[in-house]
Amino acid sequence: MSDRTFSDAVADPYDAPPLSFTDREDRTIEVRAHDGSDEELEALVEMYDAFDPSDRAQGIPPGREDRIRDWLENILDEDCLNVIAWDGDEVAGHATLVPDGDAYELAIFVHQTYQRAGIGTRLIKALLGYGRESGVEKVWLTVERWNRAAVGLYQTVGFETSDAESFELEMTIRLAEPPDEEGG
Amino acid sequence: MKVLLGIGGSDDSMRALETTVERTAEVGDDLTVAIVDNPSGERSREDMEARVTELLDERGVDAAVRALDGDPGSALVDLAENEGFDQLVLGGGETSPMGKIQIGNIAEFVLLNSHVTVTLVR
Repeated sequence: MSDRTFSDAVADPYDAPPLSFTDREDRTIEVRAHDGSDEELEALVEMYDAFDPSDRAQGIPPGREDRIRDWLENILDEDCLNVIAWDGDEVAGHATLVPDGDAYELAIFVHQTYQRAGIGTRLIKALLGYGRESGVEKVWLTVERWNRAAVGLYQTVGFETSDAESFELEMTIRLAEPPDEEGG
Repeated sequence: MKVLLGIGGSDDSMRALETTVERTAEVGDDLTVAIVDNPSGERSREDMEARVTELLDERGVDAAVRALDGDPGSALVDLAENEGFDQLVLGGGETSPMGKIQIGNIAEFVLLNSHVTVTLVR
């Protein structure tokens, strides 16, 4: 599965968190890197516990609190990069990069009451900015091909389709030049 | 029920094998295990055959074991349709580092082409 193709060109840079903005519903949203605290974990569990199951993608988030906790334990590991969009002390959205060999797999979730307000775009840009700042070179994701909103979002921030032959589209982006041997 | 289990050496097909043998022991299905060539499978045919025999012995289950050549998806669908199977069972996919379920090429082909009921084991 490591025969994934990535663009040779480095994508536009984005600002790393923390940052804040006003969404289309006039809510002040703050985007911050996950601080590893139990408070943030519990706020994430609460968001995913209330997540609309029709917005699930390929089995995540899982549908039961114990499974949500197992899944979060995996992706909040210190090897992973996590960014959270906050409306006060409530989680509006969460985006994550999970290491996979020499690349990272990306996923982003915006709670249904915060969708279509411009939060997803800001959140994913913040995650890519955080990734670049942390030395991430390559990122990939899969998305269900009927999910036009998500595919459009990924294209907007610079992802390109790398595999269209499966049920899900695979998309990739390059955040940094490869290490020396291919440079020049 | 006449059940055809297809395994190709990936981890999910090994889990499907265990679950299906377990179920066969409980309900007495007529089980055939077909071993196919999955290019992304990590186990050799010999390893798979040995594991199948070991599990069948362990559970006291009687099943036919067959090796299929050629394209795995179409070979499984052909066999299931031509020999009157009621159900074709496959591994239910691997999960990505993120935890996303990913269905393999063989399962995709079988789901879209089989006229026999398909079960993906999770």
